Amino acid sequence: MMKRVMILALVLLLVGLCVGPLTVAAAGFPERPVTYSVPWPPGGQSDVEARRQQPMLEKILGVKVIVQYKPGGGGSLGWSELIKQKPDGYFICGINIPHIVLQPLARGDAGYKTEQLWPISLFQATPIGLAIMKDAPFKTLEDLIAHAKKNPGAITCGGSGTWSGHHIAHLQFQKLTGVTMTYVPHKGAAPQVAAFLGGHVKAIWGNSNDLVTHKERIRVLAFGTTKRFPHFPDTPTFKELGVDLLASIDRGVAAPPGTPAKIIKVLEKAFLKITGDPKVQDQMLKEGFVTLQMGSKESKTYIAEKVKVYQPIVKEFKK
Amino acid sequence: MFEAAFLGLAKVFQLGNFFCLVIGVIFGIVIGALPGLTATMGLALLIPFTFTMTPAMGLIMLGGIYVGAMYGDAIPAVLINTPGTPAAIATTFDGFPLAQKGMAQHGLVAAALASAYGSLLANIVLATSAPPLAEASLKFGPPEYFWLGIFGLTIIATLAVGSLVKGLLAGALGLLLSTIGIAPIGGDIRLTFGYTELQGGVELIVALIGFFCLPEILSSFIAKRQATYSAEKIIPRFSVVREVIISLLKMPVLMLRSSAIGTIIGIAPGAGGNIASLVSYNEAVRWDKNPKEFGKGTIKGVAASEAANSAMAPGSLVPLLTLGIPGSPPAAVILGALMLHGMRPGHELFSTHATTTFAFIMSMLLAAGLVTVIGSFGSFLYPRILNIPARHLAPGIIFMTILGSYSIRNNILDVWIMFLFGVIGFISNKLKFHPAPIVLGLILGPYVEEGLVQSVLCGRAGGSILAYMFLRPISLVLIALCILSALWPLYASWRSKGKIGEKIL
Repeated sequence: MMKRVMILALVLLLVGLCVGPLTVAAAGFPERPVTYSVPWPPGGQSDVEARRQQPMLEKILGVKVIVQYKPGGGGSLGWSELIKQKPDGYFICGINIPHIVLQPLARGDAGYKTEQLWPISLFQATPIGLAIMKDAPFKTLEDLIAHAKKNPGAITCGGSGTWSGHHIAHLQFQKLTGVTMTYVPHKGAAPQVAAFLGGHVKAIWGNSNDLVTHKERIRVLAFGTTKRFPHFPDTPTFKELGVDLLASIDRGVAAPPGTPAKIIKVLEKAFLKITGDPKVQDQMLKEGFVTLQMGSKESKTYIAEKVKVYQPIVKEFKK
Repeated sequence: MFEAAFLGLAKVFQLGNFFCLVIGVIFGIVIGALPGLTATMGLALLIPFTFTMTPAMGLIMLGGIYVGAMYGDAIPAVLINTPGTPAAIATTFDGFPLAQKGMAQHGLVAAALASAYGSLLANIVLATSAPPLAEASLKFGPPEYFWLGIFGLTIIATLAVGSLVKGLLAGALGLLLSTIGIAPIGGDIRLTFGYTELQGGVELIVALIGFFCLPEILSSFIAKRQATYSAEKIIPRFSVVREVIISLLKMPVLMLRSSAIGTIIGIAPGAGGNIASLVSYNEAVRWDKNPKEFGKGTIKGVAASEAANSAMAPGSLVPLLTLGIPGSPPAAVILGALMLHGMRPGHELFSTHATTTFAFIMSMLLAAGLVTVIGSFGSFLYPRILNIPARHLAPGIIFMTILGSYSIRNNILDVWIMFLFGVIGFISNKLKFHPAPIVLGLILGPYVEEGLVQSVLCGRAGGSILAYMFLRPISLVLIALCILSALWPLYASWRSKGKIGEKIL
């Protein structure tokens, strides 16, 4: 008899433990630590951003924020984990554009679908520029295009990854200008820049922060931005030169699909507050980035736009 | 420059900074010693804390962690045959046999001293001649990485004790395993059998734990029913420290060569500590008078591996501080920390921020000294773990392996892969296949693949693939090394036969 009572008590206790947090979660968000997953290895730019935001988020949300890593597959492992999480706002994950757009398009099954990642906010853009060394034989984008037209495939362009921001920019550029160049993929930005500075590739598709770091040795021909990039006031945008190319890598955070709008609002507000901080904007700009302040809805439209632009390009080059 | 160096040194000795250095070194040793927690992760964990510190203090702490971790990873390598980070893979080859002979303390002291020595030398190189070396490192392009990878594969000849065919088979298996996941070039999905989780590929640390740690537990505890992990009871003695110092002093060439290899590989932006320790170990075996001693427990093997992987750390900072190109994953984290403090790599670091930069470099020099002290005293403590009865120790180690393989990517699939590799490792040990060539293939596969495909792309764009791959000066040197290394076993057997012949006569 005693034993039965004990078992009953234990069962009740367990039920209580399971139900308890649920009722609490409904009361007010957030009430317990939030996990911020980074789908890249420690030390990458996404990690640095998460680490920059971590103390500020803790202050705004009033709970602990735990940064956790889930690297692999160029981010896809982390994103396929995100969509399986409970949509209660206690698990959010960094997202990168165009990665979340291109992987499902190029791989068929990437473990997640673009629309399954519900964006909370996009907070940082890394404009992509096309650069050559200062001592290269051509000086302007026109020279490069003319040279590439005469010698198809002879110009090697280093980039980071396949079906990445650099790769898609390269494909778009070729399509828009009608030239052929050789895209040489590297594992990450560091080896890519090293190969470029060492003269192993003739040009690179570079992230703005890398281009700022190596400002003295390189010449950026054009940036894939709408306005001129502040660090390079003399460098035109592709659009100014008649090439309708927008290229950047954008960072943000997303929640699992089905997260209540109320909870997303709380998180969105926190992230917008951080990027609204002039100190953060100043820091990011100095490092060679541009702050974005896109909320959830705006981010969703932006991502949908990218899907529309990239879909035909991927299809064409995949066949 | 000397002025900045002295000012930097003075900065390290400020009370708060020195305290941070000590904490950093201890934290680094712990992180390094826990399989599954890497130096990279330890550094990343500390970055938010450095926000509130002065740049110098933050960097001093990070430097301490980096140096500490490069020694800490030797502790589990010696004691339980599990490299704490991939950089200590070659430390297991002789460290663990030493522990089995009851000489774990010898292994640990040798690891500490060799680590400190390698770190010291590489730091001096970093402080005195970083800019020209960084420029030279840029000459390393796709074909060079390809040939470095091939040169690395010739190490199989050394590792495959007994049967070259078995070694080559194991190496091929490792290369095959390295292709699982997304192809680095082309982006195709390979060998995932429909599991999207496998798109991330096989994590090296998981493979290391699986192939090195588990089989030992299975064979010594479960198959042989040993009462303790090492056959001999371990009683640490003071005299061991002196003995090890004396024997290390007797091998100046080995120490210098290992440190040089570590520094050079560290400077090359694409290669990391695991390759450094393997190449260094291989050269130690090659040039030794009694190559047969290796693999059976000699402090020479431990010293070669540890001096190299510790020298790699400051080496990887050479291109980082001067060009902003991280030479290793941990260096990438340090780059992030520098940027957060508004310090841009390049000339600025050696002019505007010279004092802080040199405080960072000097802190790593001092950290090397701290490693010597902590390592020597620690050697009285850690080996006693092996005296714990097996029935208590084995579950503990298995628990750690699960924790370690899970925590590296927070992926439960990695735990299953670890167990699978453990069983494969156990069976292959019984069949006299050493697991080292498998792991070697796994490490070098991506280098060879990327180097080859990039070379083909660049070579085709330039007109001739063959000329691009074979006619570059550094490539030629590496090709020559590959050929020499591949033919070496023939020479060695001819040499030893010759000697035996003389004796008979």
